[in-house]
Amino acid sequence: MDLRFLDEAPTAVEREAVDSVLGPPESGWDGGARQDVDLRYARGGHTARDRRDLLMPALHAVNDRVGWISRPALDHICRRLTVPPAEAYAVASFYAMFSLRKRPRRVVHLCTDIACAAAGSSGLRDRLAERLGPPGGHDGDTTWHESPCLGMCERAPAALALEAGAPARYAVAAPAAPGDLDALAGDASPGSAAPVSANGHGAPSPTTFGADPLPGAAPEPAPSAAVPDAGSPGHVLLRRVGTVDPLSLDDYRAAGGYAALRRALRLGPAGVIREVSDSGLVGRGGAAFPTGRKWQATAQQPDGPHYLVCNADESEPGTFKDRVLMEGDPFSVIEAMTIAGYAVGARLGFLYIRGEYPRALRHLENAVALARERGLLGPDVLGSGFAFDIEIRRGAGAYICGEETAIFGSIEGYRGEPRTKPPFPVEKGLFGKPTAVNNVETLVNVLPIMLMGGPAYAAVGTGGSTGPKLFCLSGGVRRPGLYELPFGATLRDLIEAAGGMPEGRTVQAVLLGGAAGAFVRGDELDIPLTFEGARAAGTTLGSGVVLVLDDTADLVATLVRVAAFFRDESCGQCVPCRVGTVRQEESLLRISAGADAAAEVPLLREVGRAMKDASICGLGQTAWNAVESAIDRLDLFGGPDRAASDDIQQSTAAGDRAATEEAR
Amino acid sequence: MRSDDFSAPYDRLTRPLVRDGGELRPASWEEALDRAAAGFRRGVDEHGPDSFGMLSCARATNEMNFMAQKFTRVVVGTNNVDSCNRTCHAPSVAGLAAAFGSGGGTSSYAEVEDTDLIVIWGGNPRFAHPIFFQHVLKGVRNGARLFVVDPRRTSTAEWADRWLGLNVGTDIPLAHAIGREILHAGLANDTFVRRATSGFDEYRALVEPWTLAAAEAETGVPAEAIRELAHAYARAERAQMCWTLGITEHHNATDNVRSLINLALLTGHVGRHGSGLNPLRGQNNVQGGGDMGAIPDRLAGFQDILDPEARAPFEAAWGREIQGTKGKTLTQMFEAMDERELRTLYVIGENPVQSEPETEKTTRRLRSLDHLVVQDIFLTRTAELADVVLPASASWCESDGTFTNSERRVQLVRKALDPPEGARDDIEIMCDLATRLGVDWSRPSAEEIWNEVRSLSPMHRGMSYARLAELHGIQWPSYSEDALEPSYLHSRLWSEDPAERGEPAPFGIVGHSPPVDLLDEDFPFRLTTGRRLDDYNTGVQTGGFSSPLRRGELLDLSPEDAAKLGVADGETVRVTSRRGSVLVPVSVTEAMRQGLVFMTFHFPHQVDTQLLTIDATDPIAGTAEYKAAAVRIERVEEHAGSAAPAP
Repeated sequence: MDLRFLDEAPTAVEREAVDSVLGPPESGWDGGARQDVDLRYARGGHTARDRRDLLMPALHAVNDRVGWISRPALDHICRRLTVPPAEAYAVASFYAMFSLRKRPRRVVHLCTDIACAAAGSSGLRDRLAERLGPPGGHDGDTTWHESPCLGMCERAPAALALEAGAPARYAVAAPAAPGDLDALAGDASPGSAAPVSANGHGAPSPTTFGADPLPGAAPEPAPSAAVPDAGSPGHVLLRRVGTVDPLSLDDYRAAGGYAALRRALRLGPAGVIREVSDSGLVGRGGAAFPTGRKWQATAQQPDGPHYLVCNADESEPGTFKDRVLMEGDPFSVIEAMTIAGYAVGARLGFLYIRGEYPRALRHLENAVALARERGLLGPDVLGSGFAFDIEIRRGAGAYICGEETAIFGSIEGYRGEPRTKPPFPVEKGLFGKPTAVNNVETLVNVLPIMLMGGPAYAAVGTGGSTGPKLFCLSGGVRRPGLYELPFGATLRDLIEAAGGMPEGRTVQAVLLGGAAGAFVRGDELDIPLTFEGARAAGTTLGSGVVLVLDDTADLVATLVRVAAFFRDESCGQCVPCRVGTVRQEESLLRISAGADAAAEVPLLREVGRAMKDASICGLGQTAWNAVESAIDRLDLFGGPDRAASDDIQQSTAAGDRAATEEAR
Repeated sequence: MRSDDFSAPYDRLTRPLVRDGGELRPASWEEALDRAAAGFRRGVDEHGPDSFGMLSCARATNEMNFMAQKFTRVVVGTNNVDSCNRTCHAPSVAGLAAAFGSGGGTSSYAEVEDTDLIVIWGGNPRFAHPIFFQHVLKGVRNGARLFVVDPRRTSTAEWADRWLGLNVGTDIPLAHAIGREILHAGLANDTFVRRATSGFDEYRALVEPWTLAAAEAETGVPAEAIRELAHAYARAERAQMCWTLGITEHHNATDNVRSLINLALLTGHVGRHGSGLNPLRGQNNVQGGGDMGAIPDRLAGFQDILDPEARAPFEAAWGREIQGTKGKTLTQMFEAMDERELRTLYVIGENPVQSEPETEKTTRRLRSLDHLVVQDIFLTRTAELADVVLPASASWCESDGTFTNSERRVQLVRKALDPPEGARDDIEIMCDLATRLGVDWSRPSAEEIWNEVRSLSPMHRGMSYARLAELHGIQWPSYSEDALEPSYLHSRLWSEDPAERGEPAPFGIVGHSPPVDLLDEDFPFRLTTGRRLDDYNTGVQTGGFSSPLRRGELLDLSPEDAAKLGVADGETVRVTSRRGSVLVPVSVTEAMRQGLVFMTFHFPHQVDTQLLTIDATDPIAGTAEYKAAAVRIERVEEHAGSAAPAP
C-alpha cells in the first residue's frame, strides 16, 4: 500500500459527492487542505483502512453525481480511504456501471438479453443508434449501451435511463415502444455542475434517486403490475404487493407487518432457527440449501461479530421476483432481515442490491430510514434489547457479485471475485467473519414461517419442496409476470395460469433457471416444478425462471446471447472460465454463421466440461449448462455425438449458479 | 528529468591488481599476495602491530568475519578490527550492552507479529527493511497498532495509526517527555522498575523538566500526540520498540538508544514474549560480524576484550596472547591516519570512500597510508586507491557459511555458484596471506571454522551445522545442542529470584544535545539522509539493476519550500553545507515540511551527498551524524539547470 497520488485536484462537485459519503476530511493527509499541524502529526492506519468498505459507495457517489469518475476524483477517494490508486482503479474498472472516461450524464441501458431479444429489442437498438450514434459514445448529452437482463422481463423489451445529478434520477420504458425510447434518449436535464451548498456539504438526500422521473418519460407502472393475479387470496409471499403503499410503514403494519418479528423475539434465536429448520425452507436463490442449517451453522460460530447479508443482486437473466418484492413490499425484506440477524447473532446486516434497480433501492432506503425512525432497527429493536441495523450497498453492474462469496468482496470494497471454499461463509464470510447470506425471497419466506409455525409451513407444497414459490414467467405466454404457486404445480399448470400461448403459437422450448439453467422441450410440460421433480427430470429450478420460447424463437441466437453473457460476466480470475466462456461463444458464433455444427459440438463439450470441472465458482461451472441442454435435450444441432457425452450426462442435473457451491 | 540508470554496472574483478608507478596493473595471485603480505609485514616491523587496521565485511559470512578478526588478533596482533557496522548500529549494540549486557535486539520477528503495539522510531523499514516490514504488516493485520516517529512522513508512516513528525535530533526530548508522562499518569510498571532496574530516581529527576509543553516546543510534535504515544505504549500489554538509523546516525547516538531503552525499562516492555527492543539491522550479516568479534572491543560471543578470563580460552586456542586493550573503531582508524598512527589497512568488502562522511577527507586519509589492500568483488572507489586489489568471491552465493540476521538467528548459507575464474574465496585469501606472514592455517572448511567459533563462544555452542540445517536456523543464545532458548532475550529480568535476575538494567541518564551542525541564516535547511526502496547504500550492488522507481539522486523538498524558492519538481538546485556543495535535482513531496530536506547516498557518481554531511561522531560508538546537516539551497541559472550534472 504505497500511496502515490497525483497532483490533480478534484472539482468541488466531486469533492462534495465523496464527502457526502465519507464526511469531511480530517486533515491534509486525507484530502483536506494541508495545515501546519499536518506536518507534525497524522492519524491513519486501522481507522483509515477499516473504512475500505466505503470505496464502492464513494465511487457510486461520484458516478451518481457527475456521471463518471475522473482521475482526480478517484485519487481523492483513495486519499480519503488510504487505498492505493491502482487498487481503486482495479475496483472501479471491474463494474460495468462505472465509467472512468468522461461520458454524458444520462445513460440509457437497453436490455438485449433473452426475453427482451425475443420481444424485439433489436429494432430498439437500431432506433437508439440512429438517434445517439454507436453505443458507448462519449459526446453529447446522452449515451447508451446494450445491457444484460434488467429484471423487467415481464414487460419486455425494457430500457432504463439513469441520469447523474443531485439527486440522480431514472426512468424506465417497458415495454418500450420506439416513442418511449425517444423520451429516454432525450437530452439530459439542465446541468447541475455547481456544488449543492456553498460550504461544500449538501444536505444528505434521504434516497439515492429522486422521486421524480426524468422529464418527458412516462411514469413507471406500479410494482404490482408485474403480478397479473395481484390481490389473489392464495398469495402468501405476494399478499401485500398491490394492496399496501410500499412507502408507508403504517400501511405495512396495518397489513400484519412486524407481527413476525414480535413472534421471533418471543421465540428467541434458537427458537427461530428451530422453526425455520422445521419448515423445510431451502434457499430460493438457486442453491436450495436448507436455511435452518445455514443459520444454525452461523449462529454457533465462536468467532465474532456475525454478519447477515441479504443477496439482492438479482442478475440471473429472466429473474425479477426479488425486484417485485423489494419494490412492492420493501418492509417485509427489512423485517425478515431483522429476524435473520436475530437468529444468527448479527448486529449488522448488509443488503446488497444490484445497481440496475433504482426503484427498489429507493423503496428500501425509505423503508430502512422509517424503520430506524420507529425503533424497528437500531440499538433496541422493539424494546427487546436486541441491536440490529442494516446498511444498503449497491452493486454496479456485475452479475458475478450475486455469487455468495463475490458479494463479500464487493461489499468490502474489492473486485467482486469469488473466493475458494472452504472456508464457507458460515465460518469466514464478510470481513472474514461468520456470515449468513440469503436471497431476498428466502428471507421473505421466514415471515409466514414465524406466523404459521414451521410444521404448518412444511405442510404446504410437497415433501421435498415446502412452502410457496415465486416463478418468473416470461417469453411467449399471454400474461408474463410473477406467479406465486405452492410447490407441486407442473410447468403446464404455470403456463396455463398465465393464459397459455397466444393463438397459433406453440412452445418450442422452456429455459428453466435462467442463463445458468437448462432447456426443456415443449413436450415436457408435465415436469413438476419442485426441486425433486426438476432433478428427476434432469433439469433445475434455479431461481425460478421460466422463460418460454415459442416456435418463432431463434434458439441458436438465444444460445449465442447466453454465451456472450457469460463471456462478458466472467470475472476473469480463473482460467477455465475466463478462456472457456470465450471459446464457447466463438464456437456458437461459427455455428450461427453457418459452420458445421457436428464439428463444433465435440469442442463445445470439451470446453464445457473443463469449465464445469475446474472453475472455482458457479458461474464457470454452469456457463455451459444451457448450451449442453440445447445439444442433448433439444437436439438443436441434429444427430449429436453421443459418444463423448456419457460421463457428462451424469452431472446434467446441476443447473444453477450456486448449486454446486453450497452443497457441502 | 528522469533517468533509469546513473551508474553502469560494475564488472566483477577476476584478476589481482597491484600499483606500479602510480597505476594499478594486473598481476598474478602470487605476486599480489606477496606484495600484500610484504606491505603488512613492513608496517608491523616498523611501526608495531597497532599501525595495522582491518575493515571486515558485514555482508560476508560469520566464518569470514571470524577469520578476519582472528587474522587481526593472531597474525598481526592488534585489536584494530571493525566494520561498517560502525556507521549504522554500533550505538545500538553499545546502548543495549550497557543496559542488558549484550547488544542484540531482544525479540524475534514472530513476536512482532504477535504484539499489541509497534513503535518504529527513526526508521523507514518499508523502504530500508522490507523483509522486516512484512512481519510488521502481519502484526498490523493481527491487530497491532503502529506508531511511527520520524521527521518525514515516510512510506512506513503512511501505514501507521499515528505519525509523530519530530524535529531532526530531538529524539531524547521526545523520549523523556514520554517517560515523564508515563510516570505522571501512574502508568509505570513499578514492580519491574523496582526489581529489575537501577537508577530510577535519577531517571525520574532527569525527565521531570520535559513536560509535554516543553517537548512540543523542542520537538515540534503536538503535546496531545506525545501524550497519546506515552499512554498507548504504557498501556499496551505487549509492545515492540524498533529503531533504525534515525536514532543511531547522530553525534549522541548511544544516548538516543539509551533514552528509548529507558521507556522499555519504565514499562516492563522487555524480556517477555511480544515485548522488546529491536534495532533493525541493515546488512544481511551486520549482526553476525559483531557477534564474531570483528569489532575492536569484543571477542566472539560478545566477550569483553578487557576481561582476562574471557581472553584466556582464545589465547589458549590460538597460542598467542591477545592485547587486553580496546582496538580502534573504524572512525578512530580514520582519525589515526591523520596522525600517521595507522599505516596499513586491509579492507574486505567495504567502500568507505563512498560510505563515510566527507568524501574528500576520507580519500585524503586513505592516500596517506603506507599500504592499502582492498579485497572485493568489484573495483570500488576505495579499491581504486589501493596498493593491492584482491578479487574475492561473493560470500552469499559463492561460499558456504552462516549469516546472523536481525533477530539473532544464525542461518546456513550454501554455495550455489563457483566464483568467476580468477576470483578466490575470502577465507582462502586470508589463509594465504597468513601463511606468508608466518602463521600456517592451511585451509579450514567453513564448518571447521564454525566449530572453532562454537568452542570459543558459549552462546553459539549449541549450533552445529547439522542442527542449523534441521531447524532452519537457531537464535542465539544457544548454549547446548539439547535445548532451545526462548525467542526473546533477558527473561531473567522477570525472575522472582534475585540471584537469577542478576544485574539490574540501569536507566540511561542522558541529556539532550541538539545536532552539531547548527541552522543559521546562511544554512537554514536541515538535511537528513536515508535510503530509498530500490537502492542500497552506495549503489555498488544495486546500481547495476534497473528499477522503474529509480529517479537517481534527488533532494526531497516540501511544496511550501519549493514555492518559496521558486523551484519546480525535477529542477536542479545547488545544495551547500559548511563542508561542500553539490548540484541535485529537486523532488517536491508532501512527505517533507518547511525547512526539512532529504537525500540518499545511493548515487555517489551523480551526486556525492557525503560532501555535505558532517563527521561529528558519537563518542561512545563512533557513528557519524549523517542524519543532520545544515544546508542552503540555491536556484541554478536557467541554462545550467537544463541537464543533470551527472558525470
